[in-house]
Amino acid sequence: MSSYKHLIVAALSLGAISVFTPLAAQCAAVPDSVTLNQNGTLYKPFAFNHAKHIQQLKECAGCHHHTTGTLVLDPECARCHQNSSPTAVVSCKGCHSAKPFSPETLAEKHADKQRYHKDKMGLKGAMHQSCIGCHQKEGAGPVGCQECHPRTEAGEAFNSSSRLGAKPAHAKKH
Amino acid sequence: MKRRNFLKACLIGGTTIAMGKTNKGWASGSFEGYPESMGVLVDTTRCIGCRSCEAACNKEQKLPEPDTSFDDKSVFEEPRRPTAKAYTVVNQYEKEKPGGPVYRKVQCNHCNEPACLTSCFVNAYTKTKEGAVIYNSKVCVGCRNCMIACPFNVPGYDYESVTNPVIKKCILCYDTRLKVGKPPACVDICPQEALTFGHRADLIKIAHERIRSNPDRYLDHVYGEKEVGGTSWLYLSGTEFDKIGFDPSLSNDPIISNVKDFLGMVPMVLSIWPALFSGIHLLSKHDSGGEGHDTESKEEEP
Repeated sequence: MSSYKHLIVAALSLGAISVFTPLAAQCAAVPDSVTLNQNGTLYKPFAFNHAKHIQQLKECAGCHHHTTGTLVLDPECARCHQNSSPTAVVSCKGCHSAKPFSPETLAEKHADKQRYHKDKMGLKGAMHQSCIGCHQKEGAGPVGCQECHPRTEAGEAFNSSSRLGAKPAHAKKH
Repeated sequence: MKRRNFLKACLIGGTTIAMGKTNKGWASGSFEGYPESMGVLVDTTRCIGCRSCEAACNKEQKLPEPDTSFDDKSVFEEPRRPTAKAYTVVNQYEKEKPGGPVYRKVQCNHCNEPACLTSCFVNAYTKTKEGAVIYNSKVCVGCRNCMIACPFNVPGYDYESVTNPVIKKCILCYDTRLKVGKPPACVDICPQEALTFGHRADLIKIAHERIRSNPDRYLDHVYGEKEVGGTSWLYLSGTEFDKIGFDPSLSNDPIISNVKDFLGMVPMVLSIWPALFSGIHLLSKHDSGGEGHDTESKEEEP
């Protein structure tokens, strides 16, 4: 596995997601921990144990598909990307948009009739599916919401059965 | 009027009516939705039953407080349907099956040719160009025809107010989001991207592409692409659709097709028949009445 070289390339671009390990000027180590959900309003940010996942999975491409590690695993992707090189950006949010359904994104997608990858997942979907999907498949690791990220106060109120100000819409008018 | 002429007239009239309504039915049955219609593609293989969409809907639409909190999983014991207090609900199916359970979100499917709209005699419903089926609660009289007409059992009835009875249902967040191009609240909150928002035409392509690239994961069917004339909400599934609460008996014809021929005849019956039969009646009365008068007057003479 030629993953070491790729890991260095990968690490260069990890600034996109917050990294506890400080980045060196030219070259950075693979972070041991990554803070996810930094801008969460309903759920708190949490530390993702990157080192532990590297130890257990060994294959970077398991999560960082086609950006680093063994490049193309999916035969469907290999149809075109058999010889594609690692990408400059390996963090999820380098490719997966945080706002996949914004009017601008949709208009662009709708106008570009030739675009092949019309179904690229948003950042939130990509991360949840990657984590929960693997945890379910492996039968290990958290799958419940609060097992990864505990709720904020706003999140508690959001899910609660008693919320102030939540009255029938029409009752307010009359 | 002779009996033979009367029968002839009836036959000609009947044929004209029959031909007229057939042509009309064909012409208006081909509507395939607004070209810029938006929609949501639901991938039931991705849903994890977190009920975030229910919570988001509740907040966005300012619905009343739920009976229990949104992380209460005991609600899955019985399949639920949307109500005036909850425009969307998530149901659980195939719990015992390997690979299960399967979750399915239920809400208004925003039909291309909505049966609720057809059935509403005060025109409370509107199908907007963005694809949402919205309603004007100010004109709603609470007749509940739409509840009977809807093939998906969606509209809920609000019993809260005696003086202002209204039907309530998902409006695709039209007022607060769709109108300005934003996705509905449920789509925005879904952690798994089980809900994909976009142009309906694009979503159909995306859905078929997902089936093509993952043939083992999905059944080769996009529910809502053709059912009841097409709906803005589309569904992918890995489990037979009838096992996760979909009605497989719905045809591809819009619900309106079932009544269009009949309804097309109503104005004709109301306008032509009175005139036709009054005419026939007067003619026949004139003939027999005249004879009767003559006979009577003859009798009076002596």
